[in-house]
Amino acid sequence: MTPATQTIYDKIWSSHLVGTRSDGLDLLYIDRHLLHEVTSPQAFEGLKLARRQPWRRTSNLATVDHAIPTTDRSDGVSGIQDPIAKEQVVTLDQNCRDFQIEYFDLLDERQGIVHVVGPEQGATLPGMTIVCGDSHTSTHGAFGALAHGIGTSEVEHVLATQCLVQQKSKNFKIEVSGDLGPGVYAKDLILALIRLIGTAGATGHTIEYTGKAISDLSIEGRMTVCNMSIEGGARAGLIGIDDKLIEYLEARPFAPKGALWKQAVDYWFTLNTDDAAVYDQHRILDVSSLSPQVSWGTNPEMVVDIDATIPAPTDFSDAHNSEIAERSLSYMGLTAGMAVNEIQLDKVFIGSCTNSRIEDLREASKIVKGHRVASRLKGAYIVPGSGLVKRQAEQEGLDEVFKNAGFEWREPGCSMCLAMNDDRLYPGERCASTSNRNFEGRQGHQGRTHLVSPATAAASAIRGTLSDVREFF
Amino acid sequence: MGGSAFPVFTRYTGTVVPLDRANVDTDQIIPKQFLKSIKRTGFGENLFDSWRYLDEGTIGKIDRLINPDFVLNDSRYKEATILLARRNFGCGSSREHAVWAILQYGIRCVLAPSYADIFYNNSFNNGLLPVELEESVIDRLFIETSQPSPVTVVVDLRQQTISSSGGTVATFEIDSTRKQRLLTGMDNIALTLQHQELIEEFEVAHRRQMPWLFSD
Repeated sequence: MTPATQTIYDKIWSSHLVGTRSDGLDLLYIDRHLLHEVTSPQAFEGLKLARRQPWRRTSNLATVDHAIPTTDRSDGVSGIQDPIAKEQVVTLDQNCRDFQIEYFDLLDERQGIVHVVGPEQGATLPGMTIVCGDSHTSTHGAFGALAHGIGTSEVEHVLATQCLVQQKSKNFKIEVSGDLGPGVYAKDLILALIRLIGTAGATGHTIEYTGKAISDLSIEGRMTVCNMSIEGGARAGLIGIDDKLIEYLEARPFAPKGALWKQAVDYWFTLNTDDAAVYDQHRILDVSSLSPQVSWGTNPEMVVDIDATIPAPTDFSDAHNSEIAERSLSYMGLTAGMAVNEIQLDKVFIGSCTNSRIEDLREASKIVKGHRVASRLKGAYIVPGSGLVKRQAEQEGLDEVFKNAGFEWREPGCSMCLAMNDDRLYPGERCASTSNRNFEGRQGHQGRTHLVSPATAAASAIRGTLSDVREFF
Repeated sequence: MGGSAFPVFTRYTGTVVPLDRANVDTDQIIPKQFLKSIKRTGFGENLFDSWRYLDEGTIGKIDRLINPDFVLNDSRYKEATILLARRNFGCGSSREHAVWAILQYGIRCVLAPSYADIFYNNSFNNGLLPVELEESVIDRLFIETSQPSPVTVVVDLRQQTISSSGGTVATFEIDSTRKQRLLTGMDNIALTLQHQELIEEFEVAHRRQMPWLFSD
C-alpha cells in the first residue's frame, strides 16, 4: 500500500468536491456562509431579481460590522447618523427577514466582527468549507477549516447554489520553529512572515502553518496568524487539528453535542496532513530571537523590528523596489535612519478581526494597568470584537483599566481598521494599529498606519511613540 | 452581474493608460467610503479617488479638485480603456466594487505581470479581462506609453494575443474555462444550476457523512 500523501487542504478539498461543471471548473460545496452588510446587498438583490432562493438557508449566518458606529447604540438602527450606512444595515435586516437567515443584529449581544462571531459561536468548525464576502475569512483556517474570502458575485452564487466555483490551489507549508520571547506575540510572528515571503508570496496557494511556535499558540493567536494569510497573497491559510482546538470548541452554541460531537471529533483528527504529504512550496521561520514587529510603509511586507531604524530606499535590491520604498516613506512622512521607537503617534487603535478578542484585550490591559495614555495622543480606542468579548472584558474589569488610562471603550465592529464609520484618521495623522492593512488611506484619507500587536499598541499609547513593549516588563 | 450575463469580450481595441505602480490595492482602486452603497453602479466616478482628486471624496460629492499629476487626469489618456499596471494588481480586500469601479469608469481590460487571486476571480464574474503578461512585455509597453502620442492596444482573447501600435506583440496565458466565460458572457449561476442534481446528490451523501454540519 502506498503511504497517504494528502495535506489537510487536499482532504477538505476532496471531501467537498461536488464535481466538475460542463465548462471544466470544479464545484466546491460550502458548509458555512457568513454575511455582513457591505458585500451582501447586491448579492441579495441579484437573487431577488432572478427569483432565486437560498439553497440551504441554515448554512448562512449574518451580522453587521463594517459600516456601523462603535459609539452608543441605545437607539438601535435609528441611532445611526450616517444615512448611507444606515441604509446598508436596514437592507441586511430586511434581507435576513425575507430569506429567514439567522442574523445577529445591531442590538444583539452576539453581534460583532464576522470573523470573531463565527468562531465564538462554534459556527466555525474543523473540516468545514467557509466563505464570506471579506478577504479576512482566512481567519477561520485556525480551526482546521478551509475558509476563503469571496467577491459579491460569489456571495450570490453561494447563496443560490451552495457551491463555490473554484480551482484547486497549491500547497504551501510554512514551518515556524522556536519559542516566542516575552513581548512577542502571534501578530509579530505573522508580520515577520509576510516580511519574509512578501505580499504576493503565497498567491495561488493555501498556506498550512506548522511547527512548534504555531502549536504553542493559543487558538486566538492562531486566528491572528491565519487572518493575515491574505496579506501574504494566500486566499486561505490553515492549521491542523489538536486537543487545544477541540477543547476551545466544545460546548459552543453551534458546535455539535453528545454523540454527534464525539463522532465529529474522531473525524476531525483524520483530517491532519499525512506524514508523507508533499507541498509545492516550503518556508521556515525561526522566531526564537524575534523582536516585536512594526510596519513602516504602505503594504504589510514593509515591516521592521521595533528596535531598528527606518530603512533607506537604497536598502532594497532592485530599482523598482527602491522606488516603491521611496514613495512609501514620503506617504508615511518618514526619513531613512529614524529610530522606529521614537516615531511620534497621534492615535492608537486596538481592535479589528486580527486583534480584538479577549486575549488581545487581556495582553493590552496588562501593559496599560497603572499607566496613562500619553497626552500628545488625540485618541486611543479599544474596540472589542463582539458583544460577548465586550461583556467578558467588563466582567474581568478590563474596561476600567482602559478607561482609567484614558482609552475610549467602544461598541463592537470593524471600526478604524477600514474607517467606514467615524472612527478614522485625519490627513497626516499617525496611528499604531492592531489591524491588518497599512495601505494608503486605509484608516482615513492621508492617514498613516503602523501595524503592531495589541501589547505594542498599548505600550505605544502610553509613551506616545512607537514603543518596545519589552521595556514594560 | 453575479449570476446574470455581461457584455462578451472577444477582440478589443483601446487606448492604454499607464499606471506605473506595483501592488495597487483595492483600497486605492475604490476607497472604503464608497462601499456604503447598496447598488452595483455609480462607482466609476470614484475609481482611484484618493489619487485622482486632491480633496477627500464622499459619496455623491461633485465639484472635485482634480489632481493634475495623476495619470488618469492627463488629457492624453482621457479616452483610455485599457489600464497598464505593475505586479500584484488588485491585492488586499475582496471588494468586488473595485472591479465594478474599473468597468464603470470605462476600462475593459487590465495589462499587468500578475494579479491578486480574489481580484482576478472577481474580474471574470463581471466581464473585465485581466491580461497576465511577461514583465519584459509590460516594461516595453510602459516605455511606449511614455512617448507623447497615445498607444493603442488590440487584445484578442480568442487568439490570446496583444499587439500595440508601438510594435509590441505578445501572447498571454489564460485558462480555457475563464476564457470561455468572457467569450460567451454566460450566467455563472445558471451554469452551476445545470448541475443541480449533482449538488443535491452530493449534499445527501455529505449529510450522511458529516451530520453535525446540518442543523436543519
